[in-house]
Amino acid sequence: MDRREFIKLTGIGVGGIALPIMGNVVSAEQLLDPGMDVAIKKKLADVALNAAKEAGATYADVRIGRYLNQFITTREKVVNNIVNTESAGIGIRVIANGTWGFASTSLMTVESIAKAARQAVAIAKANAKFQTEPVKLAPVKGYGEVSWKTPIEKNAFEIPIKDKVDRLLEVNNAALTSGASYITSIFFLVNEQKYFASTEGSYIDQDVHRLWAPFFASAVGKAGFKQRNGLGNPVGMGFEYLDGKKKDKIMVDGATIGYGNSYDMVEDAKLAGEQLQKKLAAKSVKPGKYDLVLDPAHLMLTIHESVGHPLELDRVLGYEANYAGTSFATLDKWRTKKFEYGSDIVNLFADKNQPYSLGNVGYDDEGVKTKEWDLIKGGILVNYQATRDQVHMIDQNESHGCCYAQSWRDVQFQRMPNVSLRPNAKQDLSANDIIKDVKDGIYIVGRGSYSIDQQRYNFQFGGQLFYEIKDGKITDQIEDVAYQSNTQEFWNSCAQLAGKSDYRLGGSFFDGKGQPSQVSAVSHGCPTTRFNNINVLNTKRNV
Amino acid sequence: MAILSEQEAKKILKKVISYSKADSCECNLSGVVSGNIRYARNTVTTSGSVSDLTLSVQSAYGKKVGTATINEFDDASLEKVVRRSEELAKLAPENPEYMPPLKSAKFKKANTHFNSTASVTPEYRAKAAENSIVPSKKNKLIAAGFLNDSENMLALMNSNGLFAYNTSTSVDFSATIRTEDGKGSGWVTRDYSDVKKLNTAEASKIAIQKALDSSDAKELEPGRYTVILEPAASIQLLQNMAGSMDQRSAEEGRSFLSYKPKDDEKNPPKTKLGMKLFDERVNIYTDPNHPEVPTPHFSSDGAPVERIQWVKNGKVVTMPNSRYWAEKTKTDYVPTPAGGLQFIMEGGDESIEEMIKNTRRGILVTRLWYIRQLDPQSLLYTGLTRDGTFFIENGKIKYPIKNFRFNESPIVMLNNIEALGKPFRINGCMVPPMKIRDFTFSSLSDAV
Repeated sequence: MDRREFIKLTGIGVGGIALPIMGNVVSAEQLLDPGMDVAIKKKLADVALNAAKEAGATYADVRIGRYLNQFITTREKVVNNIVNTESAGIGIRVIANGTWGFASTSLMTVESIAKAARQAVAIAKANAKFQTEPVKLAPVKGYGEVSWKTPIEKNAFEIPIKDKVDRLLEVNNAALTSGASYITSIFFLVNEQKYFASTEGSYIDQDVHRLWAPFFASAVGKAGFKQRNGLGNPVGMGFEYLDGKKKDKIMVDGATIGYGNSYDMVEDAKLAGEQLQKKLAAKSVKPGKYDLVLDPAHLMLTIHESVGHPLELDRVLGYEANYAGTSFATLDKWRTKKFEYGSDIVNLFADKNQPYSLGNVGYDDEGVKTKEWDLIKGGILVNYQATRDQVHMIDQNESHGCCYAQSWRDVQFQRMPNVSLRPNAKQDLSANDIIKDVKDGIYIVGRGSYSIDQQRYNFQFGGQLFYEIKDGKITDQIEDVAYQSNTQEFWNSCAQLAGKSDYRLGGSFFDGKGQPSQVSAVSHGCPTTRFNNINVLNTKRNV
Repeated sequence: MAILSEQEAKKILKKVISYSKADSCECNLSGVVSGNIRYARNTVTTSGSVSDLTLSVQSAYGKKVGTATINEFDDASLEKVVRRSEELAKLAPENPEYMPPLKSAKFKKANTHFNSTASVTPEYRAKAAENSIVPSKKNKLIAAGFLNDSENMLALMNSNGLFAYNTSTSVDFSATIRTEDGKGSGWVTRDYSDVKKLNTAEASKIAIQKALDSSDAKELEPGRYTVILEPAASIQLLQNMAGSMDQRSAEEGRSFLSYKPKDDEKNPPKTKLGMKLFDERVNIYTDPNHPEVPTPHFSSDGAPVERIQWVKNGKVVTMPNSRYWAEKTKTDYVPTPAGGLQFIMEGGDESIEEMIKNTRRGILVTRLWYIRQLDPQSLLYTGLTRDGTFFIENGKIKYPIKNFRFNESPIVMLNNIEALGKPFRINGCMVPPMKIRDFTFSSLSDAV
């Protein structure tokens, strides 16, 4: 990814973070423009499809996209940055001589679009000389003219900037008055307006909304400093996520508050300040084997890394070997129909249509209607995540609908759908019920440091908050905890799941993959879950 | 055209400044032309190209600031983008940390642009893929790789009369070559400003040899080992450390450079500036004139940039310092070149082969992967070895070993130096191969 695609947001930690977002900076009002009329989009799409066919394409699809972002960053009492961006253009993908070709343009004239379509065909033909595996697409029916919209209650772009800034400064004040020394808080708001058309006869108009409201607090004490990040989740929702409804709060005795389908950011910031002071005084963990109780805001990332990524079919097949890596979950293991990925209570499924999730869309970026399917059933590996040109390699003839491109300018490819752990179907246990059965364990909340090898065997994860469990009760907040395990051993040590009332969605807003790298957003649902006898390290090091 | 000449860029920016009605105005014109090719499973998978020119205008009324961007360059569009940035500035809340534009300065010309790289063709890219794929097939191996070349232009102007202009080029190549049975994997990466220095066939040979040599790795017990880190193995740890040296964070008590006072210490310093933190052979600097890693002679806000020594004889002697923090704390503003901290770590003359020869028992590491921070105070990181890890005994590579997870800090690494080799360009920096004692591996990984 080249430098111009990054927007640098300062004030987070020491180095700041760079976001891979493309687009022109615009006013907040421009984000509310309705954009191009659907009838015009259809005409332009037909120009591209016809030009591609005339140039020799056997298949073509077109994505006319308008991508809007608003980012607001504050630090303590200061507004660091308000950025509004808009990016619009058209991406054309074709198959010619059995090979993919792609070209894009921001100039939406008939001539420019036809030229880009011909360029895509020319690229396909040029690359065909290296082609040893002609593209084979799974059938998909043409849906005609259809549309889909994220079911939001409050469009975050319509909330006045002042109200959003005031909310973040309120969050900062809550943390600073309760024990934090520093805090950065951010709103990331995303709206993807996508129009897809293909030579299969689909014309699909979609309006997708996502939101993330993180904060990063720290406290400096005599012996050093500690950090505590917010426990909110990125979601496929509008501003209603920040309503912090009582019904969406999950209390864990002696620990903290977890959040479901809405988030009380001010309350969480206040708790963060208090917990930071406890972190500064907390005892360091004694390394050894423990039973771990993992909160959904933490376990979501373990699912992402140890189940989501290894079951991406392009990784399994070697297409990502030079960057993200390959996978231990090879086709020969899957073909046995006996590969024990986890214990028999482990059921993991993929979907692109869970309400409130980041992956929720009506159709994927190659015009396939989204659905739900099993990946791990009763602990056994049963399926992967695949696109139209991949499913034939696993003897299937229906795409899973998980093709995505980060913008009109980038070519779409296989991206992770939502991958989630089914809750306990027999008993609707709570997080407190799970904890009360643990004799000597640790309750881990929130996502921390995470690292996993390129085939997804060996991993090490930290968290935001760690609580010692003794004889079924949370005793003290502890520090310096990380657990290390092997994916198959870990999921086979899964001993107990909370029920559907405890099921919550977590997510990753900027998941990177591909060369040039593209980001995507994906959710992972799960209940509080217990894993037995896991190796815990102490991460404190004196230098 | 996305890459404008100095005169063309100046003409556009002068016009932009002439439309400004704000207290101050800064503009930035950046252009890129790049191309790439990607291959996997011994076949080309995707290729693409990008051409773009963007103008960004920042207007300020007092400490109220607004920014707008456009990629159209007729007079009406130029005036429109200035007016839009002014409207946004008027609506924005005050930013107490905003700093007004810098004064005009003279900048030396940097040797960052190479016509050879700017002239890379689709045929060259296809040949790069072929240079990996054909010999891999001959050796019954599977190649995956990526090549990206780019030409960039950056021009800055502000209402104080400052004008800075630079063009640069870069090419990045990497290849992962694996055995058909998945038991061996080798990797190579190269990046240059001048594509003439890139030999994709020679580079691919290294990855091929590592793939063949790394097959059927044996298990070694985790623990502390002497390691020889190729530059690709240490670069990310070093870059993470370099990115954590900011003066403000150190003074706020939030960095590895924050000083922890002893009990009853009178007037303790806020930071570890000037204290010995590493082996005295550690010297790190940036230099826009370095022939291998040239950078522009100005920072992203238009301050002149010369050679800066960051670490001298094991002591941190300079920390990057923002203009706001420098003014608030009455210290010096320490800018870094536009485009990032492309540092040079000094080394010695020893080759990796000589380092192996001088090692009784140790491990050769090709690269480290998935590196994440565990503790920002000690800069403790975790990650894994990947694509070629070998056991050394009595001066010879004995056999490939399974990959390890490491839990280690670059501070410890730079204290435990046994030997430094000849620096090599990696990720835009110059880094020597390093022989390090007592490097901590915490567990084994089955990943190949």
